Amino acid sequence: MQELINRAKELLESGEVARVLGWKAGDLPYNPEPAYFEKAEDLKDFVYNGFCGANLSKYMIEASKLEGKTMVCLKPCDTYSFNQLIKEHRVDREKAYIVGVGCKGKLDIEKAKKLGIKGIESVSGAEMTDDCDTLTFQTIYGEKSVAYADVMLERCHVCKGKEHQVYDEIIGESKDTKDAERFAEVEKIEAMSPEEKFAYFQSELSKCIRCNACRNVCPACSCRKCVFDSTKFDSAQKANVDSFEEKMFHVIRAFHVAGRCTDCGECSRVCPQGIPLHLFNRKFIKDINEFYGEYQAGEDTDSRAPLTNYTFEDVEPSIVTERG
Amino acid sequence: MYKIAKENLSALFQKIAGEQELYLPVNISGQVNFAAWTEDANVDLDTLKSVKSPKDAFFPQSENLYTVTKEDKKTKIEPEALKNQNFVVFGMKACDVKGVEVLDKVFLADPVDTFYAARRAHGTIVVMACHEPEETCFCKVFGVDCAEPVADVATWMVEGELFWKALTEKGEALTKSVESLLVAADGSDEAKVEAERCAIRAIVEKLPYSDLSLEGWNGDVLLDKFNSPIWEELYKPCLACGTCTFVCPTCQCYDIKDYDTGHGVKRYRCWDSCMYSDFTMMAHGNNRTSQMQRFRQRFMHKLVYFPANNDGMYSCVGCGRCVEKCPASLNIVKVIKAFQNQGGEN
Amino acid sequence: MSIETNEEFRPKIVAFCCNWCSYAGADLAGSSRLAYPADVKIIRVPCSCRVNPMFILRAFEKGADGVILCGCHPGDCHYSTGNFYARRRMTLLFSMLDYIGVENGRTRVEWVSAAEGVKFSQTMNEFVEKIHSLGKNVRLGDLRCKN
Repeated sequence: MQELINRAKELLESGEVARVLGWKAGDLPYNPEPAYFEKAEDLKDFVYNGFCGANLSKYMIEASKLEGKTMVCLKPCDTYSFNQLIKEHRVDREKAYIVGVGCKGKLDIEKAKKLGIKGIESVSGAEMTDDCDTLTFQTIYGEKSVAYADVMLERCHVCKGKEHQVYDEIIGESKDTKDAERFAEVEKIEAMSPEEKFAYFQSELSKCIRCNACRNVCPACSCRKCVFDSTKFDSAQKANVDSFEEKMFHVIRAFHVAGRCTDCGECSRVCPQGIPLHLFNRKFIKDINEFYGEYQAGEDTDSRAPLTNYTFEDVEPSIVTERG
Repeated sequence: MYKIAKENLSALFQKIAGEQELYLPVNISGQVNFAAWTEDANVDLDTLKSVKSPKDAFFPQSENLYTVTKEDKKTKIEPEALKNQNFVVFGMKACDVKGVEVLDKVFLADPVDTFYAARRAHGTIVVMACHEPEETCFCKVFGVDCAEPVADVATWMVEGELFWKALTEKGEALTKSVESLLVAADGSDEAKVEAERCAIRAIVEKLPYSDLSLEGWNGDVLLDKFNSPIWEELYKPCLACGTCTFVCPTCQCYDIKDYDTGHGVKRYRCWDSCMYSDFTMMAHGNNRTSQMQRFRQRFMHKLVYFPANNDGMYSCVGCGRCVEKCPASLNIVKVIKAFQNQGGEN
Repeated sequence: MSIETNEEFRPKIVAFCCNWCSYAGADLAGSSRLAYPADVKIIRVPCSCRVNPMFILRAFEKGADGVILCGCHPGDCHYSTGNFYARRRMTLLFSMLDYIGVENGRTRVEWVSAAEGVKFSQTMNEFVEKIHSLGKNVRLGDLRCKN
């Protein structure tokens, strides 16, 4: 982290960048917030540790409109989103100085709380210099240790690897934390009967409170005006009247980002109700891979996305019924 | 005071639910929220905070106001019936009850919101003391005592027993209806509860937010706070989602919309969020055009406008749900602290 | 509908037909006096590609029991490539609906040219029969539209 701060200081002082986009220490041991630093002395609050899960690519849409360059800290998986945004002309590559930061897996404090950890006073083991094997929580109710992997975000269990897709320089080491199959959960659902599938999604989606956090955090959801914000549209964003509304919202949202979603997992990270929203996106990714060939959004900046492309021999929609 | 063993609680719930609707914290797909009790509901009284506050019981996220139907050439308007059945909300926390007090100030003041008033009149609240408060709690700052909660019935869960004390007429009535399941508590039980109160208060003292100071936040500082440059810095990580407002026990803004059913119109109201771009949208447009203004609105409302209109009562109760749930880790505590650090200049 | 007095299930079926082929195909079916059930409500669209996935969901929401999309045969699109895009979109959408537990027979895509009046009527007859066998759509409707 110190190396990162030093470099940020250098860049700010030399005037190469006008601001640094990173994370600022929170008031609890686990809640750093995304922040801009414009003066070298402000960097005293800069942090980068296991709790810095936020994907800063989306903030670059706004930062691209500002005067001067922005130094942005991107983890390996965040760079896929950044690439995708370049492809969609939503960010300006020239306005970004990308520091690829190392990543050893990011943490989900909700998972720790589910393990019965509460009254947290401090956490150790989440710094970038740590091995990231064990986390130790000092709490009002005593000390508790858990395996790092047990508190990791879902997306880190299907880590896309430690390669940054786009960067100006790399600071820090990364670790591939993959220990699960990316499509295992999707396959599990696919194997269910229609009744089971319906019951599963009904139960998950009935929790939705229409807060739109999934949409607002999503780097692929970069429309200036969302269809669900339209006042002329009768299921405007806020109604939580019938379970169908939620289904409609989540299916349509997943569809709008199909072929553009890099599977960064931010939607599931931010959902206050813990709905596994990535299951929608991943289903589309899986189908795209199966029907139209392997495709990873954000791997490059010039290929055609699957939904803006076609071949004469594409499968017919009837495949859905035929495959049973 | 009465008591009931924890393992007998399901019998208690069954008994209550036999006579009236019962809402209590239920774990659905891994998350605890208030929901109607059923035989196979996975009741969870151990999780400190439900994700959504229980304000839904009195002010649901969406509710129909009236239905318009067309028959031949006549238009028929049918208002939605008011709540006329008694119900019980079991397992609210002291902060949630304080949240209801805040809602009362809004909806029971003239002009009275009849939908809300009907629910309040028919609802009985059973509050639970917070056995193990967490680091995100700061109810003490707003004068809430989670060790001695006040509602229709107050309860304490101590060592596998629930202690039960009716505090109002409604509470007495509920107690009477379930008396057969309750056991009278004796002096040693009183001592147990007193010990629990002391334990809770001792923990509250240790919580990191308990010493938060509200100095400088009141109805008189309107322009100073409103014009402060700090907002420009604070709002930046905000994603403009509605999580904080929808999990909040006191946020009370709503929007009224029409839904076209194909053969009529349903006019409904649903919670609105000041974080949304169409908040308070009017025919001429919107009077808050930037996210900074919308962000500022939320905190100014809770800490300045509301106390200015309600004898100094803040419309934050320190439940800490926004602290836990904000995707960008922003929250009201960070806002209060940011102004504090600025010293006297603002 | 007030004229419906018997309790027999009459499905509501929405058919999106492209202006250039399928709608003309429906016309031909009509002028050739080929019968297809009156339960099918045709909505004319400029091209099958005009059909946004939301249209399909919206139709279900408002009470449709089945939705079918008809367009020009691949390669014959009036706008050259519209139906290719529609094909990909619908494949993914139908797969998603199947994934969330909606019976997969409720949605269908069929390519019908302007000369295929027979195919149009056959397709509609088959589809209505299929929806009959599936019964009422209860998984995707909005409760508010039902009463």
